[in-house]
Amino acid sequence: MANMQKYKTPMPEVAPEVRNKSWHEVACGYSEADALNEASRCLNCKHKPCVAGCPVGVKIPEFIAEVSAGNFIKAYRIIKETNSLPAVCGRVCPQENQCEGKCVRGIKGEPVGIGRLERFCADYAASHADELKKSDLPASNGIKIAVVGSGPSGLTCAGDLAKLGYDVTVFEALHTAGGVLVYGIPEFRLPKDIVAAEVNALKELGVKIECDMVIGRILTVDDLFEQGYEAVFIGSGAGLPGFLGIPGENANGVYSANEFLTRINLMKAYREDYNTPVRRSHRTAVVGGGNVAMDAARCAKRLGADVHIIYRRSEAEMPARREEVHHAKEEGISFDVLTNPTRINADDKGNVTSITCMKMELDEPDASGRRRAIEIAGSEFDLEVDTVIMAVGTSPNPLIRMTTPGLNTNRKGCLVTMEDGVTTTREGVYAGGDAVTGAATVILAMGAGKDAAKAIDHYIKNKK
Amino acid sequence: MFKILEKKDLNESVVYMKVEAPLVAAKAKPGQFVIIRAIETSERVPLTIAEYNAAEGAVSVIFQAVGASTMDIASLEAGEYLLDFAGPLGRPSELDGYKRAAVIGGGLGCAIAYPQAKYLHEHGCAVDIIAGFRNESLIILEDEMRACGDKTVIVTDDGSNGNKGLVTDALKAEIEGGAGYDLVISIGPPIMMKFVCALTAEYGIKTIVSMNPIMIDGTGMCGGCRLTVDGKTRFACVDGPDFDGHQVDFDELIRRNNMYRDDESHMREAHCNLLKH
Repeated sequence: MANMQKYKTPMPEVAPEVRNKSWHEVACGYSEADALNEASRCLNCKHKPCVAGCPVGVKIPEFIAEVSAGNFIKAYRIIKETNSLPAVCGRVCPQENQCEGKCVRGIKGEPVGIGRLERFCADYAASHADELKKSDLPASNGIKIAVVGSGPSGLTCAGDLAKLGYDVTVFEALHTAGGVLVYGIPEFRLPKDIVAAEVNALKELGVKIECDMVIGRILTVDDLFEQGYEAVFIGSGAGLPGFLGIPGENANGVYSANEFLTRINLMKAYREDYNTPVRRSHRTAVVGGGNVAMDAARCAKRLGADVHIIYRRSEAEMPARREEVHHAKEEGISFDVLTNPTRINADDKGNVTSITCMKMELDEPDASGRRRAIEIAGSEFDLEVDTVIMAVGTSPNPLIRMTTPGLNTNRKGCLVTMEDGVTTTREGVYAGGDAVTGAATVILAMGAGKDAAKAIDHYIKNKK
Repeated sequence: MFKILEKKDLNESVVYMKVEAPLVAAKAKPGQFVIIRAIETSERVPLTIAEYNAAEGAVSVIFQAVGASTMDIASLEAGEYLLDFAGPLGRPSELDGYKRAAVIGGGLGCAIAYPQAKYLHEHGCAVDIIAGFRNESLIILEDEMRACGDKTVIVTDDGSNGNKGLVTDALKAEIEGGAGYDLVISIGPPIMMKFVCALTAEYGIKTIVSMNPIMIDGTGMCGGCRLTVDGKTRFACVDGPDFDGHQVDFDELIRRNNMYRDDESHMREAHCNLLKH
């Protein structure tokens, strides 16, 4: 008989007034007792709606049954069969829209905490490495595959291909592997040694990772084919930051969220022992309502600023996960919703002094149910700030499409793919993640990496 | 890890470094840059490529050790290794099809201007080089510049080399003297580039400038290197580093380059104190 407790076993967290000054992880993870209790809430449904909600098809009821039985390592192995990065997914997946969104327990109460259990298994395995018998390396088939980008899609694609015996090399432009997992998502949400451990697990599978390799410059996709790679996967991400196009955006103290987060997460600007400078702000405005805006706001708070999130629609329309909004509010970040920036003001040295905004109101829902935000006449006001962070989306980096003949893109610069979502217009070239979809989630990128690995395997086997 | 093959001081703070990077050397073209991170705690420093030799598999850079991270690079010796050396980045300079060019270098900018002058010279374009320095002791690459310039003028702010003046005055004299330039390349401090561009605009001579703004990734990801060109925001790393000098908003560029001036001097001091002990 399943445990009929209506709510998820709570996740222990560091208190808001402590964590908003600390870079340590906010959510502490389940104890064994917490995990056993939560796992016993699973009804082990025959039709497994949760699995259908998972982009990488983790065998959820099976792994939870093993957790329930106290076989944590076995549970971890089951997750690992289909998910190369469980410690990452357990932390950053929007489970509420995926596996947990489909959980039957969610109808009367809260769904099973699948993400928390996944994280528990991954963390347990990491701290019990001696119990993890080295799995035999797959027999190599000697076929070389190149993966461009070491973010979530690239790492997943590389891992799945390596398991099939391919000789995989991942090319990363920056100096550390992990893509958005290292430059974008902050330490307090996803510790960087966890990313490094997942990357190392891939290296143990035989995947080679080469950093400082900006594909499109040092080597083109054509060069890779000439060097004997038989297929190329492009997971180069949605790198190019967007701005609003309002006056004053080039003033000193205006950052793209990418730049601000990269300075902090990749370049460790918050640590005294690193050279990287970042503005010490008294008051920061973060423009945008997505997860990236929440990450930037929470980083700015930890650097000591009074932080305001400025978003043009209401909180209900914010694309960020509820949990992220909730965490940000708990940490003392102000939410100025229904507010639209129109201008950034600076002093004679070019330093930001304030941001001019209009108050907005929501129109009646249109035919599609979407409520348009419209300016309230005469509502203009200035918010005094010394730093502005623009978290208003990104578009794909043009470098690869500029240097690869035959690779088509749409008008947004995203790579065009066939119906399978991963086969590009150039033979032997596959793609996935934000380079195809524009900015999306880690798990969707991983799903695409997985599909691409299958498609590449199929392509190679049928080529001969 | 990238091995330092050769290192020498060109003057009291300017360093020449040749680095083993065969893949970069094979692809490098004039005007492109690399990003160097000396040690784990250093920033990523963008430096324009000064020389490249595919046969030798080597790429050279010339830089001034002014901030903590450039000091980290300068602290390494031949035989030691740089942690990261990524490139070649940026669009190559478009230098073909010109007949008579003036290449203007200001201080350290000569390290970038010289390879451009050399390329033009080797590709059949007559080149005059005008180089400016604060004083005689800071002059770099004089022999190299004289070897490829049809005419080479070196001026100093204080006249200590016997030729006091500004590069703009020297350039104006050449133009007025009927040099007939179809291209001016101006590389140096933003304020110098601004005045060179103002001068050449009067005569309607096409002028290319090379930007070296604050940058992190160098691949188009951070937008930190943005500048306004012809009223539009451009990224120096992917759209440049070369731009039409008559369309660049130099005042904004100068303000942006000063963004971290206080941090830098703070760190430089900390660094110097560290080296003292």
